[in-house]
Amino acid sequence: MVTHLAFWGLAVIAVLAGVAVFVVNSMARASYSLALSFIAVGLQVLLLQQLYVGVLVILMMVMEMAIMAVYMNMFMGMNPAMMSMNMVHGARHALPVSVGVFLLLAAGALFAPWPSRRGSPPADVTAALGVELMGPKMLAMAVVGVVMAATIVSGIVLAAHRTRYDRFGDDLRRRRPADPQPGGVRR
Amino acid sequence: MAEVPAAVSGGWAPVAAVLLGALAVAAALLDGALAGRAAGVRSGMGRPVGEVARLLRQRRRTTVAADRLLWRIGGAGLLGMALMIITVVPLGRWTLFDLDVGVVWVNALDVLAWAFVWLTGWGANSAYALVGGYRFLAHGLAYELPLMFALVAPAVAASSLRVGEVAAAQQGLWFVVWMPVAFVVYCLGVVAIAVWGPFSPALGRDVAGGVTAELSGVDRLLFLAGRYALLAAGAAFAVPMFLGGGAGPLLPAWAWVLVKATVLLAGLVWLRRRAPALRPDVFMEVGWLVLLPAVLLQDLLVAVVVIGG
Repeated sequence: MVTHLAFWGLAVIAVLAGVAVFVVNSMARASYSLALSFIAVGLQVLLLQQLYVGVLVILMMVMEMAIMAVYMNMFMGMNPAMMSMNMVHGARHALPVSVGVFLLLAAGALFAPWPSRRGSPPADVTAALGVELMGPKMLAMAVVGVVMAATIVSGIVLAAHRTRYDRFGDDLRRRRPADPQPGGVRR
Repeated sequence: MAEVPAAVSGGWAPVAAVLLGALAVAAALLDGALAGRAAGVRSGMGRPVGEVARLLRQRRRTTVAADRLLWRIGGAGLLGMALMIITVVPLGRWTLFDLDVGVVWVNALDVLAWAFVWLTGWGANSAYALVGGYRFLAHGLAYELPLMFALVAPAVAASSLRVGEVAAAQQGLWFVVWMPVAFVVYCLGVVAIAVWGPFSPALGRDVAGGVTAELSGVDRLLFLAGRYALLAAGAAFAVPMFLGGGAGPLLPAWAWVLVKATVLLAGLVWLRRRAPALRPDVFMEVGWLVLLPAVLLQDLLVAVVVIGG
């Protein structure tokens, strides 16, 4: 009973915090409303006994929102005093569409004929969930993870303004790199 | 194999909080004494007490158009983080929260420092405070990944994410002995989330106190207490992770946990006046090019030992 109440309470918090993202007028508040919404979802996952996934959701989302708040504030040059940000663009069309999608998904979740439980949960629910989601494609998915990380690194290397020729000279002969901001290990 | 700690009733939570508070107060007194010795005065140890009394009576400073909600959340958050961390730290035979993913739990909580310290800097609507907040995040980008991989090493060696099992897996040999790199990086991470010593440029004098520039009264007290509490909680969590948990001769296990935590905490407090401040821009490269590869090699070594042995 308490678990049910907590679950529904967290669901309400998650939705309200999600709404708050589009109501508040500062990037910091929007980011951390979203973080709160995700934390509520993470706690719900904990209530479902998926402990590893639940804690990981909280970890990832708080870090993600912290980084998002940093970049958004840096690029938008905001401070708390000039709060006049609006997260909603093209509200006339976006609002009905998003409300419609929310109702559709919520209706799907509520009215779908969920199967009743057969058997009991396995000892290691995290491993069972992974096998259920990926099955025989586990190795491929693990490799995709590494490829994605490599893609991010290559993307940054390609996007970087300064190349090794800027740092070490046209013939790469300079011993000390000419960096405007010297690094910590003198490479 | 020592026994794995059992969860006690939640009614013991205040006792854990009092223990954490006692460690934090001890850290503050030691810091006061060290500061007094450095300044050549005798009454150094009493200074933190006087400071608490002063802050409790001080009137709150207000700034124009502060984001008060986020400011208060950030200031009080560090203390909350520390309290949540010690729920999974076993004290000898007992633990408050016997979570089977305790190591990830602590990791998720230490990431919250990013939010709380930055929000404290943001909320005041003051340029220097915000500069301090960004300095902390720049440090964060460099220390967080090494810290995460440092926590991986003991978990891999124990083949468990349950903190009690990690402690029990060190009966023969403490993890600090054969994974020193992970231990050092972990300690750096603790110092960093407490915005302490080498990681204090976020509170630097050159930016008028940085994150704490506009904090006053009870808000300042909460923030400072949160830093000491985080230092204490980090030292306490190192005990089951690296320092053999409650293992030791003569004394009971719970006493050994407290002794080890206190000694490590004293070391971290002492470090404040011994280690130079790490400039965020310089430390960024150190974190990514030195600490991260070093701790990854440590993880590899641990994994090879675990699979081979």
